[in-house]
Amino acid sequence: MTDLLSTPSLSSTDEHAPLQLIDPQGHRVITQENEALRAHAASLTLEDLRTFYKDMMLARRFDGEATALQRQGELALYAPLLGQEAAQIGSGHALRPTDMVFPSYREHGVAHTRGMDLATILQLFRGVDHGGWDSFEHNFHLYTLVIGSHALHATGYAMGLQRDAKAGRAAGDEAVMVYFGDGATSQGDVSEALGFAAVNNAPVVFFVQNNQWAISVPNSKQFKAPLYTRGEGFGVPGIRVDGNDVLASFAAAHWALEHARSGNGPVLIEALTYRMGAHTTSDDPTKYRTREEEQFWRERDPIIRVKALLEAEGAWSETDETALAAELEGFGEYIRGYVKSLGRPSSASIFEHVYATENALVSEDRQWFSQYEASFMDTTGGAQ
Amino acid sequence: MTAPTTTTTASNPAAKPLPFAKAINAGLRAAMARDERVMLMGEDIGPLGGVFRVTEGLQKEFGEDRVVDTPLAESGIIGTAIGLALRGYRPVCEIQFDGFIFPGFDQITTQLAKMHYRSKGRLNLPVVIRVPFAGGIGAVEHHSESPEALFAHTPGLRVVSPGSAQDAYTMIQEAIACPDPVLFFEPKGRYWEKGPVDLNVPIAADTLNKAVVARTGTDVTLVAYGPTVATALRAAEAAAAEGKSVEVIDLRAISPLDTDTVVASVKKTGRCVVTHEAVTYMGPGAEVAARVTERCFYELQAPVLRVGGFHNPYPVAKLEHDYIPSLDRILDSVDRVLAY
Repeated sequence: MTDLLSTPSLSSTDEHAPLQLIDPQGHRVITQENEALRAHAASLTLEDLRTFYKDMMLARRFDGEATALQRQGELALYAPLLGQEAAQIGSGHALRPTDMVFPSYREHGVAHTRGMDLATILQLFRGVDHGGWDSFEHNFHLYTLVIGSHALHATGYAMGLQRDAKAGRAAGDEAVMVYFGDGATSQGDVSEALGFAAVNNAPVVFFVQNNQWAISVPNSKQFKAPLYTRGEGFGVPGIRVDGNDVLASFAAAHWALEHARSGNGPVLIEALTYRMGAHTTSDDPTKYRTREEEQFWRERDPIIRVKALLEAEGAWSETDETALAAELEGFGEYIRGYVKSLGRPSSASIFEHVYATENALVSEDRQWFSQYEASFMDTTGGAQ
Repeated sequence: MTAPTTTTTASNPAAKPLPFAKAINAGLRAAMARDERVMLMGEDIGPLGGVFRVTEGLQKEFGEDRVVDTPLAESGIIGTAIGLALRGYRPVCEIQFDGFIFPGFDQITTQLAKMHYRSKGRLNLPVVIRVPFAGGIGAVEHHSESPEALFAHTPGLRVVSPGSAQDAYTMIQEAIACPDPVLFFEPKGRYWEKGPVDLNVPIAADTLNKAVVARTGTDVTLVAYGPTVATALRAAEAAAAEGKSVEVIDLRAISPLDTDTVVASVKKTGRCVVTHEAVTYMGPGAEVAARVTERCFYELQAPVLRVGGFHNPYPVAKLEHDYIPSLDRILDSVDRVLAY
């Protein structure tokens, strides 16, 4: 669907204004400019929108629980998604189970839409594993901490999909979506991925959550041209949507995935959002940004507008809210209980899975370590 | 006194002489014919057959989807190969020259080497990275380097380098069959040298783990790999003419190192010299020396000596033979360990 690209999508007052379907007050936005985008959200029912709202609330609760657990010393670190719920829940719901996702390290909302148990993500932040979930159980790959690296993995995976489709090993309608932030776009790997994806016409969608801050470095110090235009020189078309608008985020991802899975090649989406919280629990945003700026974006909280819309359209009641609160209370208890139940892995597990095959260097170290450990045992077998 | 010579192929009547580069080409062809998930990626490897013609004819035979001419971006090559491997492919990447691997260093060390570990063994990354390396061809800057120690220092990677045409043929296939990532360093200065190659040897995984005694001897153990194996064998021949019996060990792999084979030899000879083109300081020879010292302390008659690159950037072509460990420099160290 290329008409979305050819529409004068950007408002006359600001040529880079992001496409929007819900305004910050919760009104549906119906304009000529967003017509093509609207078409991609047309299939959504109010029930779908209720699901989106509940998922966003769950993601926010997860953030709250994890942040508190870090403050209590139960987690070593945590990277919140606070403020990015719409971009993640909206785009995540546009994916099919057969699509493959390559997340960065803040995509807890997307993980939830894939059916992941979010508690498992906290194993990484508790320091008991490196996030070693099964990439293919929910077609949600491992988190990547070296920003931008996975844009290439996603592109290569999409190249594999193309070959599998040709050989009849895949249906041919699968697509790949890779998530990264504004900071990652400064990495060479993202540029290389755009180039490789373009020349291979690979079915991959580059979903950029521009939360405007790369830890303490603002957009103005990362790039000059708007991010959604980044792919143009590579031949990768892009659009910019309001990333705090769950409907626009869904519709943009839906359009892009359809574009990619129909053999039209890669697309880039810039979802303009705001990192309402810190980069991680180790960060201190008061050192580099103003309260006024934070207040401005708090008023554009992605959750407020969905709830307002649902209420205005009679799809959300006080009773619903009470039921959801109770559900989230249970979720919070589950998260806390799960994290506290995670024990220390065995020391010997250090040596597991360094290689898929037997390796003399690892065997040597393992043997040495076990003898060293044993040397602290007394002759009766008990620890001294 | 002439020391007896043993190589893996010396007595094999099925072996036919083949240049090193052609042996790798034959190995790639065999691996691609055996497994349709094997694919090649790199710069100029299609119609041109690579700048050294190692992939010559393969695109014509297997098509553009399996022999991919990539954009000129090494990180992109390795990074997309990782994605392809996650989808079940077995990519073999060609890095055009040793000095050009560094844009891909991040993908190799932070992603490729660690993904199996991070995934708790759920994901295998059977990616082979072929690197024409080392000097001797009169090239310009960045075309003659030996960066293998940088990769051997990274857990999760296997690092190998064939020292004979037969091993080039066998090892490339075993590297491709290996579920772990393998850095495959090809001694480019030997590409045109012919050696006996038996195209019907069985493909196991031995060459990635086991060093080989390329020539037996009794007085000094001379350890080499890749480009210095041939030099070491010539040095042993020259030493034999002077009545010195030198045992040459071709390591094949520097990660993991087959310490047992080296130690068994040094326990017999009591003397050890290690040679490689890589910079001596912090090089693979230092690891060999440390391991030999630790395990052969009472058998050693002399300190372990290293003959490698000097601590300077690879020199200009006109001076490279002062830099590359030569037959004479190796013999000088052999004499020095014998003088103790």
